[in-house]
Amino acid sequence: MTDFRIQEHPILPAPGAGTVPFTWKGRPLLAREGEVIASALFAHGVRTFGHHHKDGSPQGIFCANGQCAQCSVVADGLSVKSCMVPVRPGMKVEPLEGKAVLPEAGEEGATHDIETLPVEVLILGGGPAGLSAAVELGKAGVGVILVDDKQTLGGKLVLQTHKFFGSVEDCHAGTRGLDIGKRLEEEARLQPSVRLWTESTAVAVFSDRKVGVVRGGRYVLVQPDLLLVATGAREKTLVFKGNTLPGVYGAGAFQTLVNRDKVRSSERIFIIGGGNVGLIAGYHALQAGIQVVGLCEALPECGGYKVHKDKLVRMGVPIHTRHTVLSADGKDQVERVTIAQLDEAWKPIPGTEKTFACDTVLVAVGLDPVNEFLTKAKAFGLPVFAAGDAEEIAEASAAMFTGKIRGLEMAKALGRDVGEVPPEWHRTAEVLKSRPGATTARDIPDEMAGVFPVFHCEQEIPCNPCTSVCPKEAIHIEGEGLMGRPVYDTDEDCIACEQCVAVCPGLAITLVDFRKHQEAATVSIPHEFSKASLNPGDVVTVLDLEGKVLGNVPVLQVRQPKFANQACLVKVQAPFDIAKRIAGIRVQEGWVTEALPGGEQAVRDDEIVCRCERVTAGELRALIRGGARDMNHLKAATRCGMGACGGKTCPNLIARIFREEGVAPADVTALTQRPVFMEVPLGVFAGAGGEAGLEWEAPPVHTVAAVEGGV
Amino acid sequence: MGATYDVIVVGAGSVGMPAAMFLAEKGLKVLCLDQFASPGQGSNKAAIGGIRATHSQPAKIKLCLDAIETFSTWEERHGDDLEWTQGGYVFVAYREEEAATLKNLLTVQKRYGLDIDWYDTEALLAIAPGLKPEGLLGGTFSPGDGSASPMRSSHAFHRRATGLGVTCRFNERVLEILQSKGKVSGVVTDQGRYLAPVVVNAAGAWARGLAKLAGFHSPVNPDCHEAGITEPVASFLDPMVVDIRPTPGARNYYFYQHKPGQVIFCITPDPPIFGTDRRETSEFLPLIARRMVGLMPRLANLKVRRTWRGLYPMTPDGSPMVGWREELSGYLEAIGMCGQGYMLGPGVGALVSRLVTDSLADGDAAVLAELSPTRVFGGQEALS
Repeated sequence: MTDFRIQEHPILPAPGAGTVPFTWKGRPLLAREGEVIASALFAHGVRTFGHHHKDGSPQGIFCANGQCAQCSVVADGLSVKSCMVPVRPGMKVEPLEGKAVLPEAGEEGATHDIETLPVEVLILGGGPAGLSAAVELGKAGVGVILVDDKQTLGGKLVLQTHKFFGSVEDCHAGTRGLDIGKRLEEEARLQPSVRLWTESTAVAVFSDRKVGVVRGGRYVLVQPDLLLVATGAREKTLVFKGNTLPGVYGAGAFQTLVNRDKVRSSERIFIIGGGNVGLIAGYHALQAGIQVVGLCEALPECGGYKVHKDKLVRMGVPIHTRHTVLSADGKDQVERVTIAQLDEAWKPIPGTEKTFACDTVLVAVGLDPVNEFLTKAKAFGLPVFAAGDAEEIAEASAAMFTGKIRGLEMAKALGRDVGEVPPEWHRTAEVLKSRPGATTARDIPDEMAGVFPVFHCEQEIPCNPCTSVCPKEAIHIEGEGLMGRPVYDTDEDCIACEQCVAVCPGLAITLVDFRKHQEAATVSIPHEFSKASLNPGDVVTVLDLEGKVLGNVPVLQVRQPKFANQACLVKVQAPFDIAKRIAGIRVQEGWVTEALPGGEQAVRDDEIVCRCERVTAGELRALIRGGARDMNHLKAATRCGMGACGGKTCPNLIARIFREEGVAPADVTALTQRPVFMEVPLGVFAGAGGEAGLEWEAPPVHTVAAVEGGV
Repeated sequence: MGATYDVIVVGAGSVGMPAAMFLAEKGLKVLCLDQFASPGQGSNKAAIGGIRATHSQPAKIKLCLDAIETFSTWEERHGDDLEWTQGGYVFVAYREEEAATLKNLLTVQKRYGLDIDWYDTEALLAIAPGLKPEGLLGGTFSPGDGSASPMRSSHAFHRRATGLGVTCRFNERVLEILQSKGKVSGVVTDQGRYLAPVVVNAAGAWARGLAKLAGFHSPVNPDCHEAGITEPVASFLDPMVVDIRPTPGARNYYFYQHKPGQVIFCITPDPPIFGTDRRETSEFLPLIARRMVGLMPRLANLKVRRTWRGLYPMTPDGSPMVGWREELSGYLEAIGMCGQGYMLGPGVGALVSRLVTDSLADGDAAVLAELSPTRVFGGQEALS
């Protein structure tokens, strides 16, 4: 049987083979130790996990983040979210066909009173923001419980195989996200007053200012003096025909499967959305040996960093700007995607449809803060702070920094003598949150002699690792602070150490050397693909910044120096006239990205808005046209927002339909938010079952003065 | 001058929405006002959907029998699926105290001709499989009772009402009840002024405030109950299961599996929590989960999806107040449903329409006498 695990990857270590036996529809399979069911199934090519109870349509992975329940399967008789539950030896896994059957009672466990656990600070979320805050609080001796629902801390850092932007001193720029996550976790573990609860889920904030947490199958009420919401973000989604087909899912979900769980989830993907998440997902796909058919973006320009876009383009991925997705089609999973160009009124232009063969459509249309805990805590007067994406959507570098600031602010609010938050911290946090600034085309340097770096970096973004690594200190950032573009000071003599080439997170620096040959220069190009895929003597196609082919050139050397942190530095020999314009090596052949003949037009009213309850745009539109203005009314009539995800996915989409129908947002009443924010079995609330011998390990409790306010 | 109507109904909830609909069926021009954004957003949507006629007071029995008629025939007559299911109600007895209470009540209920009987342990387990058999003495079962979806009902009643010409105005608060020479003449809201010779108070948990605008003290005090709903699973339970054993913190609790497969549950706090605070508490889930799992162990594996709180507009004796207030001609009260507004709503709504059109039917007089807003309030009905 084909194994879809990624055993060869330029950055990630090989996952190894499965050893834990389980069955899928009675078929014996092997999972890796600790592997979640969904990934173990993907590793065996299973991508359809069941069929919806309302319309029998197929279901599979959607969020891969424990937020929805689209990936539900029946494991040993119980319906579970396959993206969250690890395979146990001998587990019998079956598809969830329609509604689950509630099993007969098993061994009756005694029920227990639910404990209340006081703590100084409860942090929800162990990503960059939560961990950074925990470290600061720990340093100040504050008692902390940090709750995170995954097996591994680090949040989405765990998925980031690319090097980080920002500055070296503030946020480990130039280091790969997954390594930053490990570093932060280690630092947090060193703090004696910090308890890190993994595989633990916060389910609600209650009006008596207690927070319900499920850990190891047991329920506890945590009563914090201060709450930090560092719950990150969830992916937005889109309404289009076929959007519930297995194979349509978020770019973050894709990164979870590919980079965390190391399964080749797809053969050919199409990406919707040109923000950083979509662009990076495309790059990660290529690294994992997955073809990227294309990326469409509704705006005239991609919203993500230009270096990310450039990287993708010069690997041979076409970016279709001013295009939107019309449909995903296929029988039990995605087989095709159709896109179309948008006119000035953002309507698809008939006749511009293009259909591509692909098995996966990644939706990367932005992020929304996970803020339900924040909203409730504020409503109930529990002093609460927020950091990272839960506060404001930005890069992980900014999340680390705001986490640090909130940590210090909370320690101070709890009466610890930690001094003031240094004002430059606030400034740095703001800079790291910056949207990309101006893009200015660069002049190719005139020099045709000597050796020097060439910067293929045209956009102002908060990033400066290249300035930190140059042993001659010959690179600096234009203007003040982090945002400017880097420039090379030609008065200094470059020693061709290639450190700047290696460190650049955008892979946007090459080193051009005119010294060795009469007719040709050598160009060092950063290349984050398997070293084995390129050898001296190979001829490669080199591209300029826009992805235009410059020519075919021979490879002179491929090396992987330690300072390049798993990236390859590829030296090619190139004619003088193109040497300075070379920005990358093509990794994907042209045929991959060609459209199929013909195109299809979507039928708007059939499109699913609420995927949990399979409610269509047409049903909602009819009610809105009939005068409904309250989302709760739509819910009462159609069950939209009433499903397993707890109304986390569709409110944005419903809001969009109201806008399309010409209803002003001010006239629309939002869905009422009620706990619990994650489904939990009744038995857990009853205090029955759970892991034996699990202690709550409460951190030391200090007596503190009453704390007022919060953020 | 504002627009003129035959009747203004204040409240588009469990009682107000069907009342407006039945009034329009009689050909009247009706305005229905609500402070919330759409039908049923006050306490109606917080109702769990149980509908039973097996009360112990003739008025409520009659009104609920009328309501069951409306719910059970709705789909056939108007097309909307209200998720009506006739699964019956089971009251369980695990102690002699509850067995005695239920059996005493049974005598009264049978006297009113209700379809309810005592079933022994084995028979009851066949009706509600999964009940913990140890200690189960038996219980009552009333097969004619059932459940439907409050949300779907509100929406359907609203759809039909507006189809019949009822004007509904939401997000609008009544500030004044206009009156002259002892007669109602309309209302003033935060958005306008509307005229009508009849104003119906169907304001549920907010009824006392509205009555005050009309110059009356109507003793309706809301208390708060908490409820929840689970994920849907394949059908495994037909009846509503009610356990009336008191425990610290709560009196009875009850649950059932509705037509789409989710289990809905609710508990009655003890002592009552008076007021309009509907914020979620941390006590509710552990309290009810322990009792439900103790009563029906297989529920331990059922995942809770959402919880909420809703208001019971209580009267001193636990019975509704329905009727004209003689001191102010044209002012009609249909209030104090004591947590049974959803199951009483269509019955009360139809009665209101007969009152306003002066077309009372047989038996209405007795019901109105029993539920008179001006009655002397005595003790509370058992199992209200």
